[in-house]
Amino acid sequence: MSKFKYLIDGIVKNNPTFVLVLGMCPTLATTTSAINGMGMGLATTAVLICSNMVISLLAPVIPNKVRIPCYIVVIAAFVTVVQFVMQAFTPSLYETLGIFIPLIVVNCIVLGRAEAFANKHSVGESALDGIGIGIGFTLALTCIGLVRELLGNLSAFDNKFSSSDGMLVFVLAPGAFLVLGYLMVLFNRLKDRKKKA
Amino acid sequence: MAIKSSLRNMVVVLTLVCLGASAAVAVVYAVTKDPIAAAVADKTNKAIEEVVPSFDNNPSEETMMVVADLQNPAETNKVYVARKGGEIVGYAIESTTKKGFGGPFTIMVGFTPDGKVYNTSVLSHSETPGLGAKITDKGSHFITQWKDKNLTDGSVNLTVKKDGGDIDAITASTISSRAFCNAMEIAANVFNNISTEKH
Amino acid sequence: MEYLIIIISAVFVNNVVLSQFLGICPFLGVSKKVSTAFGMSLALVLVMGLATLVTYLIQNYVLINTWFGQKIDITFMQTIVFILVIAALVQMVEIILKKINPTLYQALGIFLPLITTNCAVLGASILVVTKEFAAKGVESHMMNLGESVVYSMSLAIGFGIAIILFAGMREQLELSNVPKAMRGTPIALITAGLLALAFMGFQGMV
Repeated sequence: MSKFKYLIDGIVKNNPTFVLVLGMCPTLATTTSAINGMGMGLATTAVLICSNMVISLLAPVIPNKVRIPCYIVVIAAFVTVVQFVMQAFTPSLYETLGIFIPLIVVNCIVLGRAEAFANKHSVGESALDGIGIGIGFTLALTCIGLVRELLGNLSAFDNKFSSSDGMLVFVLAPGAFLVLGYLMVLFNRLKDRKKKA
Repeated sequence: MAIKSSLRNMVVVLTLVCLGASAAVAVVYAVTKDPIAAAVADKTNKAIEEVVPSFDNNPSEETMMVVADLQNPAETNKVYVARKGGEIVGYAIESTTKKGFGGPFTIMVGFTPDGKVYNTSVLSHSETPGLGAKITDKGSHFITQWKDKNLTDGSVNLTVKKDGGDIDAITASTISSRAFCNAMEIAANVFNNISTEKH
Repeated sequence: MEYLIIIISAVFVNNVVLSQFLGICPFLGVSKKVSTAFGMSLALVLVMGLATLVTYLIQNYVLINTWFGQKIDITFMQTIVFILVIAALVQMVEIILKKINPTLYQALGIFLPLITTNCAVLGASILVVTKEFAAKGVESHMMNLGESVVYSMSLAIGFGIAIILFAGMREQLELSNVPKAMRGTPIALITAGLLALAFMGFQGMV
């Protein structure tokens, strides 16, 4: 039970997007469709799990003063690995996400979890935390992507159900801010309701 | 729990971490190099299949480099020849325009031997999602309008209607549409130069 | 003339925050007051200019070069090398600034550590060496050293304009009565969305 908690925490209580408000750049930039959002979420999850595990392993031998550079190097290595794997096996997604794949390095979620969790917990717990936070992030991105796609392009998961144009603005930059803002309002509202009940 | 932050420890650990990371990346690079090349080749082959009538040779093995503009022989375009039973059934021409909204983009244009467009396919682009990126929307009117147009005998004015031409632009994406026309024009010039070389 | 197009394109049309989504975290994080937003922007202009200068040289003279008679291309190390260089550079700027200009350090110092994880810096460094510059009226082309640095610094100025405008709006928001569920980040995001909508007006300008 106690171990399982690490996993669930990442999805709801510590949801990286709606609660911690971390990793906003990829959240806004890559959610032009549900599939893109999900792809970005999964890529980040892969990096997060690997880096969390390696950092929790290495933490005891890393001197305190150089810990951040060490973490960054480990994360950057995994990001590059994910980049190659995506380029080889999901080339079209790789092209769509573009610059935001290397930018997973500076996604505050990954470094944040390394610093706040992985260096104080065991490998297994860190992996669970990575999976939980990763799933939370992926769900949030897919959700935002789906809403933007529905409103902006009248399609869901790249299946267009109407030939007319949607409200284009939701696929463009301003729509990203607006959709995320309103989804957050909804999330807060639901949380409040639950607390009162 | 962490070891002491002496200068020696810091240098040693940081160096080791960097070396380890570089080694890991280098290994993965070596392992994924071939699959990445295969993915690129696969994409080209799929695009060729889409843009020319069915063929039974391997167009990737029968290619030629043809100039678009005879005044500028340094810039050549890659042309794939598709044959069925030895007869040429189409040419797939790679064409890059530098006039895209988000940067250059490359399309594959298929011509039947009589100079009519068979189909087109976008190889790579960086147009705005939701706007210019609609050039990748295969069923859209913007893409289907090209089919069977003869671009080589001067019967089609290769500019968008806004500029007095014959092409319907994508709504709200005139720049991308113009760029697409530019790429088609380059491809048409390449096709003409293939013909002049042959006859 | 070309430089002017690059500057306008980077500051307004391709605004780093509102249309390219780079550097959102500091955009939301340090925009509660106009004065801090201003300090952050100044520090960013300095760091982004320097970072692009250094990473451009590294990309073109270290990662792709002839070493010992052998042509090598180790651009696959790009991400690791760039982020390390940026982190080191930020540290150096901090140390040097502290020594030579303590007043400026006092004003900008607290923002410098935050900048390492500002994805605008890494994003711009990677963009200028991998993507061609495109704008109306110019053929798209890879930028040279001068253009790259100007482009990066203009992106940072664009960040500055966006964040200062945004901070001004947030200062006003503090005084208004916002529904409970919207307080904090949600209303900030919606405000940013409206600002982004306004910046869309610049599209197609160059």
